[in-house]
Amino acid sequence: MSDKQPKKKFSFGPGLVGALSASPFALLMLFGFVAPLLCVVWFGLMPPKTFELLQAPTLENYRTIFEQTYFKSIMWSLGLAAVTVVILLAVCYPLAFAMAKIFRSGTAFITYAIATSLFVSENIRLFGWVIGFMKKGVVGGLLETWFGLQIDSLLYNVPVIVLGMCYVYLPFMLFPLVLGVNMVPDQVREAAFDLGASRWQVFRKIDLPLSMPGVMIGSLLVFVLSVGAISEAKILGGQKVVTIASDIESEFTYAQNWPLGSALSTLFIVLTTIVVFLALARFDLEKLLGKKPSE
Amino acid sequence: MIVSRTQKAGFSLYAGLVLLVFYFPVFCIIVASLSKRRFFSFPYPQEQITFKWYEDALTSPQVHDFVSVSLRIGVVTALASVTIGFFSALAYARYRWKGRKTFQRLVLLPLFFPQSVLGLALLMWFNFLDVTTSWWTAAIAHTVWIAPITTLIISIQAYGLDESLEEAARDMGATRWQILRKITIPLLLPGMISATCFAVLLSWGNFALSLFTTGADSALPEWLYARMTSGYQPMVPAVGVLNVLFAIILVLVLFGIVKWSTRKSRRATAAAGGH
Repeated sequence: MSDKQPKKKFSFGPGLVGALSASPFALLMLFGFVAPLLCVVWFGLMPPKTFELLQAPTLENYRTIFEQTYFKSIMWSLGLAAVTVVILLAVCYPLAFAMAKIFRSGTAFITYAIATSLFVSENIRLFGWVIGFMKKGVVGGLLETWFGLQIDSLLYNVPVIVLGMCYVYLPFMLFPLVLGVNMVPDQVREAAFDLGASRWQVFRKIDLPLSMPGVMIGSLLVFVLSVGAISEAKILGGQKVVTIASDIESEFTYAQNWPLGSALSTLFIVLTTIVVFLALARFDLEKLLGKKPSE
Repeated sequence: MIVSRTQKAGFSLYAGLVLLVFYFPVFCIIVASLSKRRFFSFPYPQEQITFKWYEDALTSPQVHDFVSVSLRIGVVTALASVTIGFFSALAYARYRWKGRKTFQRLVLLPLFFPQSVLGLALLMWFNFLDVTTSWWTAAIAHTVWIAPITTLIISIQAYGLDESLEEAARDMGATRWQILRKITIPLLLPGMISATCFAVLLSWGNFALSLFTTGADSALPEWLYARMTSGYQPMVPAVGVLNVLFAIILVLVLFGIVKWSTRKSRRATAAAGGH
């Protein structure tokens, strides 16, 4: 038996089976992810306002980007995304804690209630805010009938855009956080309380570090999703703020300058990839998906 | 965990508040969809409540077209991404192989990637390949984004897979195919079902990818976006409400299935462990 085991492993090739099972996914990614991205990078090197891919590469688009004010929309996108992450962390952590540790049947209810929203197009949900906040909208109407207050439209400013982003991406923060808080063993918390730790100490020294994978995944997801957001700024923000994603979109639609749009996309991809890799390099995802750390 | 009553009440109050704010826009859309006026203003008198827009929405051939495009994309996406996700979940969570760690990182990349840019990249790629974009190129785009999600969902189940069951079957002489069919697939079924529901629903609501990859076909979220940014129609909120209802029903049905199959597989595992 003992000398059969390694032989069997070798001939069956569990390594090969693993690679084989991964191959459909790998092919999909090569065709649908890597190749298109290379296409974008290459297109960014083509002369402006052309649609042909087979020309001599040039850096002209990048020069245009740095000469004009595109960095402003990049800063807006990064800034809005960062603010969204911070607000959502503060809003979702208590809720996630309650869902993981306190509520029983309530947890399932909240999960359904929030998860359902994931499947309704964000446009519809943002449109609800428009109806609520527009002049003579639901909020304005209620204030007028109840308090006699007359207010103008609450739309088209930066706080509303942030609200819209927090609203749309809340599930992406909440669910990873619930998974994360679930990983904190009750015994450890109780032991800490028994040893005389204060609530704040337990939070700082036990809850937060042990739920860190959830915090990281949630923050990353929200950051990346909101950095690429188009609809929020357009539907709720009017023309107030131009994000990098809508800059890129208009290069492809109105301006019909695909090479410039591609160069912008490339820059944007590089920026987000750096952020994601810096964050992902710091922790092990397996822990969050249910693998015991001891294994 | 032991919590005091006031603590629990506090947390419940907070959760209720979050849900209230969260559902405020849905409430607004419902209010708007029932108003008779062409241009919405609030509040409106009771006599002006009408279900006319719902009738319009349900009978409009235009809306039917968009729904059918969205459904086609959703079904193809779900089939493709759950099949691919099943195998990649095994590679992700179950088998020990050389490239596993790298694979686990790479699976996440499309998720941590702005969708609008991915949509544009695919548009250029299809253009380069001389493929005319239509609903099925959109299905490819959705699959690229959703296959990693189905992989993760099925992986969670695959981590809980009792390896000794597979080993026992192998020791008794079952082939790899038999093990896959009789043990691995039934045990992973709850994960696969919830992955299917995620795939359909995420594809149904997706806008950023569809915007660039549907070409002449148009999915429902695109039409809604166009109507919202230019040319408001009172039918839009009605379609929105119907959309929300559809999602709620689908979520309830599918969660019911998941609950049922989890219980079933737990019983199966217990029975198999008992022998």
